Amino acid sequence: MSAVEDVVTEAPAVEAVPKRAMTLGFGTSLVMLALLLLVPLFVKNFIIFQLTMLLIYGLAVLALNILTGGSGQFSLGQSAFYAVGAYTSAILMEHADMNYALTLPIAGIICFAFGFLFGQPALRLSGVYLALATFALATAMPQLLKLGFFEHWTGGVQGLVVTKPDAPFGLPMSQDMWLYYFTLAITVGIYVASVNLLRSRSGRAFMAIRDNEIAASAMGVDVALYKTLAFGVSAGITGVAGGLGAIAVQFVAPDGYTITLAISLFLGMVVGGVGWLPGSIVGSAFIIFVPNIAEGISKGLSGAVFGVLLFLVIFLVPHGARQVAMVAQQLIGKLKK
Amino acid sequence: MTQAQLAQGKSPLLAVRDVSVVFGGIIALNGVSFDMQKGQILGLIGPNGAGKTTLFNCLSRLYQPSSGDILMEGASILTRPPHRIAEIGIGRTFQNVALFPNLSVMDNVRVGTHARTSSDIISDSLKLAWVRRGEADVNKKVHEILAYLDLEDVAHTIVSGLPFGTQKRVELARALAADPKILLLDEPAGGLNHEEVYVLGDLIRRIRDERHMTVLLVEHHMGLVMSIADHVVALNFGRKLAEGTPAQVQADPDVIKAYLGSKDQ
Repeated sequence: MSAVEDVVTEAPAVEAVPKRAMTLGFGTSLVMLALLLLVPLFVKNFIIFQLTMLLIYGLAVLALNILTGGSGQFSLGQSAFYAVGAYTSAILMEHADMNYALTLPIAGIICFAFGFLFGQPALRLSGVYLALATFALATAMPQLLKLGFFEHWTGGVQGLVVTKPDAPFGLPMSQDMWLYYFTLAITVGIYVASVNLLRSRSGRAFMAIRDNEIAASAMGVDVALYKTLAFGVSAGITGVAGGLGAIAVQFVAPDGYTITLAISLFLGMVVGGVGWLPGSIVGSAFIIFVPNIAEGISKGLSGAVFGVLLFLVIFLVPHGARQVAMVAQQLIGKLKK
Repeated sequence: MTQAQLAQGKSPLLAVRDVSVVFGGIIALNGVSFDMQKGQILGLIGPNGAGKTTLFNCLSRLYQPSSGDILMEGASILTRPPHRIAEIGIGRTFQNVALFPNLSVMDNVRVGTHARTSSDIISDSLKLAWVRRGEADVNKKVHEILAYLDLEDVAHTIVSGLPFGTQKRVELARALAADPKILLLDEPAGGLNHEEVYVLGDLIRRIRDERHMTVLLVEHHMGLVMSIADHVVALNFGRKLAEGTPAQVQADPDVIKAYLGSKDQ
């Protein structure tokens, strides 16, 4: 131990800009936002639709990132929350004639409650056991949605067709473009809120639990409460993504929300960098576009090609997009000198 | 009532009353009682396996005593879950340092304020005005503590990369951030060199005097305990062996026997 200084009474109330491992700098964020705003103006409707899906899966990956990267809990059950969100929106729109935008907060709240409740029994599990429990949830969900008991509402195996919304106020843009900007606004809102959350007292409690539960508890963090809250928040955001997905795809059916979706989201998180929120969009791009690229390389062996590409990514950059971003940052730093 | 209590005529800040802990068939603590007066530095000593850490973990509510009670300002702490111990003013450090390794020094210490602040996920997500004010207060307090412990240079460093001695100080800072009335220190001198131990002793005394805290020191390092403790409790095989001033305990034949073995063994 070195000598201890005397008490400094006047400490700066606002800290100097710290290195925020979980987020992007302000400038980089603005560039990203500008790109996301401008690109749709120059591409075809189908590409705009794909970009919308990019944002939607980005949200779902972000939600998983808060759970795993933030609070240290694994989930292979995100597809279940996504499905509940999607069905909530679809049922409210088709059976209750509700405005599509209004269905999203409801989907979010229902999924928050669902995730929070699921988090209670999951408290007793950790690591791979928790992953298995969530896996069970993901496998059960499509079957639950097919149950005859719910068929009147869910449409059973057939699913539900959702009407695509027009641009409001007579704005001169296609349905796809409107939906893209609508999704972008929600995504940016949720992203900013998530960054705020992780930088706050609650977010620090999540990360404290991830790093050391006993020490977190000794500091007064209610471990059970914050673990279930993390599940709730993650499920809630996934639910909003599910609702948006239902509107964008114009269709919900049980087999759209299988374990494959949950694994894709998990993959997206790993490729984007666990715990790095901006990586969510990169992870989302990976799970949307790389299967297409693989198919372009070999139609018959697309799965194998995808596997090889995935293996390369994990082998070359085990920390995902976060690692790439850090290397790039260092290079830029060197160039400036 | 202990003699000290009768002499001073005040109730203890913390009272350990006849606490026993049984694990399976092993009696880890057997009817241990002692009091801590406000402003005291109480040293808890004993050979390996004497029950020091068990007692410590009862105080921080990680273990539930099989019998007996622990009173903080007259109220039992045994009905509280572990996460509600910090709010009544009991702060602790850990034997082998239990920091949050992936967080910065600043964030580690900020977590220390958790029990003294409040928030909810909605207000936190929206960064409402009261949340921002609360964070500004937290930052001010954290900077004050970091300056007090000479940690400002590493404020934004991730703790896992810091030297062990520095990590120990970060842990102390994190405990101080909760404004504890009682600071429980579990072997703070472990892993420190000779010189560092004396700087630490000085620091513990200063924390007691300047920040008005009561300190329970569980320590192997006899020199440290004897030089800074006002009162010493010696344990062996789960029982209280002796209690008194450092000089009294040091001269106690049972304590000498426990540490050095008796002649006829």
